[in-house]
Amino acid sequence: MSDETTTPEEAAPQEVEVEVAAPRDERLEALLERFTHHLGDSIVDSHIVVGKDLWIRVATDAWRAAAEVARNDLHARYFGFLSGIDWMESPYGRSMDSEVDRILSGEDRPGPGPIEQGYAGGETRFQVFARVAHIGEPNATWGVTLKADVPDDPFEVESWTSVFAGADWHERECHEMFGIGFVGHPGLRHMYLPSDFEGYPLRKDFPLVARQVKPWPGIVDVEAMPEVPAPGAPGAPDGATGATTEPADGGDA
Amino acid sequence: MTAITDRQKLQYMAAKAADARVNVELETEGMILNMGPQHPATHGTLRIVARLDGEQVISAEPIAGYMHRGYEKLSEVRSFPQVTTLINRIDWLGSFANEVPFILACEQLMEIEAPPRAQWIRTLLFEMSRVANLILFLGDMGVQLGAVTPAFYAFRDREFVLDQIEAVTGGRFHPNFDRIGGLLDDLPKGWLAETKQVMVKVRRFCDEIDDLLMGAETFESRMRGIGVIPPDVAMQYGLSGPNARGSGIDWDNRRDNCFGLVYPELDWKVWTHPDGDSYARFWVRLQEVREATKMIDQLCDGLPGGPIMAKVPRIIKVPTGEAYVATENPLGEMGYYVISKGGLNPFRVKIRSASFNNVSITPWLLRGVYVPDIITILGSLYFILGDIDR
Repeated sequence: MSDETTTPEEAAPQEVEVEVAAPRDERLEALLERFTHHLGDSIVDSHIVVGKDLWIRVATDAWRAAAEVARNDLHARYFGFLSGIDWMESPYGRSMDSEVDRILSGEDRPGPGPIEQGYAGGETRFQVFARVAHIGEPNATWGVTLKADVPDDPFEVESWTSVFAGADWHERECHEMFGIGFVGHPGLRHMYLPSDFEGYPLRKDFPLVARQVKPWPGIVDVEAMPEVPAPGAPGAPDGATGATTEPADGGDA
Repeated sequence: MTAITDRQKLQYMAAKAADARVNVELETEGMILNMGPQHPATHGTLRIVARLDGEQVISAEPIAGYMHRGYEKLSEVRSFPQVTTLINRIDWLGSFANEVPFILACEQLMEIEAPPRAQWIRTLLFEMSRVANLILFLGDMGVQLGAVTPAFYAFRDREFVLDQIEAVTGGRFHPNFDRIGGLLDDLPKGWLAETKQVMVKVRRFCDEIDDLLMGAETFESRMRGIGVIPPDVAMQYGLSGPNARGSGIDWDNRRDNCFGLVYPELDWKVWTHPDGDSYARFWVRLQEVREATKMIDQLCDGLPGGPIMAKVPRIIKVPTGEAYVATENPLGEMGYYVISKGGLNPFRVKIRSASFNNVSITPWLLRGVYVPDIITILGSLYFILGDIDR
């Protein structure tokens, strides 16, 4: 590698190394192929972390169809969870009054950056994602994370409740936390919050009020120990006797 | 969903028609029964509003949220190591087990692995928290049905397990012991021998429960055939853990999806029961406690030496990426979907807790049952409110 004068024989393993550097996961690729076979163009993007997991992003229109394909055609009958993501950077940062983030990154405090979606990409600020799995057969279980963009208008996707009955509560939670609508859901009542609660707590622009009122001290801004003045110096306490008698007097009174 | 609802409707109508013939003279009146938010069967504050027709439940609606703490939002402003303090409090009876999947998800993103000894101790404490958690269920199920004695045995023997957890971690309920890259500390001296002693006591407790409850006719008659969940419905609602295995689904994350823990190196068995009723769920949990004690014995015997902490930077920054890691917690599949943007804190953490899915089946399951069976069913589904509300 370091030697410039490599012979052709030595160059050959280097090419192999390049292939090793981009390993492939045949099991997950085969799984993606099965999804592509059924969903076709509805699959917008996908991502594989080798040996770990598969992400598939489907078009918004195909959100419910993806669930049907997973459940009925590919036998992923187990419903894991369904939730949403807000990809906007939080305008409040970590709400710390210490500047530890800025010091570590070595740059000025950035404003909310551009919206960057994670694995399998995306075009909108909000996404829904869900996890389904094929279980029950030892040594042949697999899981997949499905994602879909949620357009701003109308701010809704199709409900999964007609495919997985268990999606009911998850969609209620997602609705109250992000405000995403689910077309075809039997009743998007609040799951946790009071019914008159305003706002959508898991959106990034919803402030964590506790941190706004009293910012977290953070790592750097630990309060310094109060300086102990030298005995006899002006402003120094009267000493041990003075400190002990005062509460004792209060107790007697 | 529609297929099930229709079938349920037909079944209910048929039952009503049959009842109507009997009840021509015994006309019943509908009423609403409100259970909770405080009820011993709810392990916290879950409210159930049931519409009754005579003794039968027409519809039941669980109302959660009395203890919602917003951990998903709170973890977004905390650094990665700080999050474990929060998630300890999700399932408070098996706290250590909550920490593990989150730590594993972070390790997966950071592409580091804990050293073997740390993995073994993690698995050991994981199974200890399973034992501590499920022992309480075994005793508590008796209380739900009116037998108070097993609960005292359960609290007595659980304390031995908690003492062992406390000896390692310093906390009975909230260990906060798992770290990204390993563990906070090593085991204390003499702990392994003591733990094996405790496991003997736990096995004796299981036999006691076998005698006291499983052999009792009243217990069987109140558990058998009550709250039957077919496997397909269980999967639709995402039931996991002993609830799924009680419905005959042969699936265990410890065996099928084990990442970062040492279950493949142990000799153990996944217990399933084909019946799907309350009795099956109880039976599966009893067997799981026994299996866990065997696993703990093996873990104590085979514990390798070496360091307990991998090399990790002092200030932990997790690289950009997404990871979902789930483990088989005492209550079922507990998973964390962690999204990092390369900073000090997670960008988003989706907590997939077992009880949330396990309880979401109750509106389906409670339809048509009799009032006393509500308690049996809720008890046998076994949820922790912190695990629903998060």
